[in-house]
Amino acid sequence: MNPKRRARLATILFLVVGAGITVGLVLYALNENINLFYPPDQIVSGAAPVDAQIRAGGMVRDGSVARGEELSVEFVLTDYQGSDFTVRYSGILPDLFREGQGILVRGRLDAQGVFQAQEVLAKHDENYMPPELAGMHTAPVSDGP
Amino acid sequence: MGVLKEFWHRLGSPRWFYAISGPWAVAFGLLAAALLLVGCVWGLGFAPPDYQQGNSFRIIYVHVPTAIVAQSAYMVMGAAGLILLVWRMKLADMALACIVPFGMSMTALALFTGAVWGKPTWGAWWVWDARTTSMLVLLFLYIGLYALRQAIPREETASRACAVLAVVGMINIPIIKYSVDWWLTLHQPATFTLTEPPSMPPEMWLPLALNVVGVYCLFAANLLGRLRVEILRRESGTSWVQQLVRSNPA
Repeated sequence: MNPKRRARLATILFLVVGAGITVGLVLYALNENINLFYPPDQIVSGAAPVDAQIRAGGMVRDGSVARGEELSVEFVLTDYQGSDFTVRYSGILPDLFREGQGILVRGRLDAQGVFQAQEVLAKHDENYMPPELAGMHTAPVSDGP
Repeated sequence: MGVLKEFWHRLGSPRWFYAISGPWAVAFGLLAAALLLVGCVWGLGFAPPDYQQGNSFRIIYVHVPTAIVAQSAYMVMGAAGLILLVWRMKLADMALACIVPFGMSMTALALFTGAVWGKPTWGAWWVWDARTTSMLVLLFLYIGLYALRQAIPREETASRACAVLAVVGMINIPIIKYSVDWWLTLHQPATFTLTEPPSMPPEMWLPLALNVVGVYCLFAANLLGRLRVEILRRESGTSWVQQLVRSNPA
């Protein structure tokens, strides 16, 4: 490579590395804000702000879904590592909502540590399988009306 | 090594590239048509539905290939930008200009299919998580590259400005790729990885693999086709192009 081209290459690498470090530092500094939701341990430990509009996420604990009057529902989100919190919601749940499913809720955490949700979103994983295969290692899921 | 070096030197000649690229463009186009036809019919019509998502999971057969190729196209553009800035190769600038429309459409299609998929599964058309936001930044980079070239009248200045933007924009690619690992997002982790077997049975991932390869062939065909037109346009003053036109009257 001739010296002129080497100099140009060095300039561009300097530019890209510099811009890369800048973006990296900005993203690192904003780390907490880029996370879309608070995991259960942060809700339980008090790291999440009380009575502010936030998102929280976790897995729906087995046997915790209790339906109340009309559309109101109460369930527990857990990380299966000892941190649980209760969510209250009134509205239509997404189709993928079920026990053991990853769920994201948007709303406010009240002083009693109960999450008052205004919106419930379902998170799904990268595993896809046909229904007949799914029945082999998980209990059949009742989708009844 | 010698063959590669010779190929590299020959790339400096748009005339040589024009002469050899015709059959390749046709071959990639036919291959793309065959692969995408089989992949889409198989994936959208015959692959089994997902145990949780039912038929809405089929959007994966459009969403994943377009999202992958949108990022790959950007990486090719970044490489072309680097080659232009360091070696001042004319063909690199033409490639940079020719990739933009294709990459932009693929990014837009990936975002659109993602939104259509998000509504039935997540429960929302759009969520500002790290993956969706960084993908939106990719769309803005493509739009920016398109606009920048139109905005600068002098061709040489325009091409260098675009090359710098393309190269610096490469920073966004690892952010898109690792966004689902670095941050908590609603978007699930990657479906296909090079290191692990796919997390679905063959009758589900085979049509997806066909579509991914097919969309890469489409990218190659589209790039070569556009490049051939761009070469003729930019070299229209040269004697070889004028001779070509005179010997093939339309």
